Amino acid sequence: MPQARATAPDYSEARAARGTRSTTSMRTLASWGLCLLLPALAAEADIGRVKSASGAASIERAGSLLPATPGQLLEQSDVLVTGPDGSLSVTFVDNTRFAAGANARVELARFRFDPTTHEGEFDTRVRRGSLAIISGQIAKHTPDAMRVHTPTSILGVRGTEFIVDVGP
Amino acid sequence: MKTPLLPVLLACLLAACAGERVILLPGSSGHTGAVAVLDGKGGDKALLDSPYASAALGAGSVKPRTLEAQAVEREYGTLIRALPPAPRVFVLQFEEGTTSLVPESLGRLQELLAEVAARPGAEVQVTGHTDRVGKLEDNDALSRQRADSVRQLLVERGLAAELVRAVGRGEREPLVPTDDEAAEPRNRRVEALVR
Repeated sequence: MPQARATAPDYSEARAARGTRSTTSMRTLASWGLCLLLPALAAEADIGRVKSASGAASIERAGSLLPATPGQLLEQSDVLVTGPDGSLSVTFVDNTRFAAGANARVELARFRFDPTTHEGEFDTRVRRGSLAIISGQIAKHTPDAMRVHTPTSILGVRGTEFIVDVGP
Repeated sequence: MKTPLLPVLLACLLAACAGERVILLPGSSGHTGAVAVLDGKGGDKALLDSPYASAALGAGSVKPRTLEAQAVEREYGTLIRALPPAPRVFVLQFEEGTTSLVPESLGRLQELLAEVAARPGAEVQVTGHTDRVGKLEDNDALSRQRADSVRQLLVERGLAAELVRAVGRGEREPLVPTDDEAAEPRNRRVEALVR
């Protein structure tokens, strides 16, 4: 119903925004467009950020070991690795939060999230060590869309805070 | 001979502890959720849905039991406290028919920047919302425009562009629930999340 849409306050707000933009120069418009495009491209691969790291704490990516630092961006397939004195915490783009304890190896095997619909899929493999988890929007939107794999089992997350511990 | 059974049982229990286990925590928001041990055939082997419910994981059957809160604190207190803080939400509202924020929301913007500075490794997600007037796709686009305008404001105030992402959520998450096609100013908003 385009007619109804045109009389709605929401639409008039959108039209006002477009009006403002049409008065700006083409140069401004182009640079603004570029500004919008760059973070959009960068955002594709990013699944979260390191929030804290202490002791021996690294991110393994494509075979190389990067020292973990707060603010560091994470990608699908990254592995969180800590040593005997290490710990590492992460917040993902769906608001899921992780804390990995000492001697941990945690693979971020699959992460897919649509921030508009909140549909997604999140598979984590805890190979060893302990991991505290507070699930986010992926698990909230779709029960069991977030799964945590241990060497013997698969856990389906139904919106919650929990610990997975894989002993030596 | 029944006597050797106890040590054997104890050894099993200890082995289970040294193996794999899952422990459900009471949610920090006061709500305890649930975790299922899946059987791989579309069903649940076990369901943990009460505070401190725990299960040793393995190939066989899984029997949940409840742990003492103090025991969990002793073993995992440090790990739990290492979890990142919950993301903080700032709700921003617009002057009717404009892309300018109301004066109160401009003040919130300063608070938001202070929150970013206080959090190591912070980033900001700006999510636009609409009311339920119009088509879903149109509202997706409109909510994205709203988010983009707030993103610009934050970048103009000195926030690094790569730390802010703009997202449109359309009409899916109204602040005030309404019928479809209902106009509701409170739902025309942007939520900036610092995480």
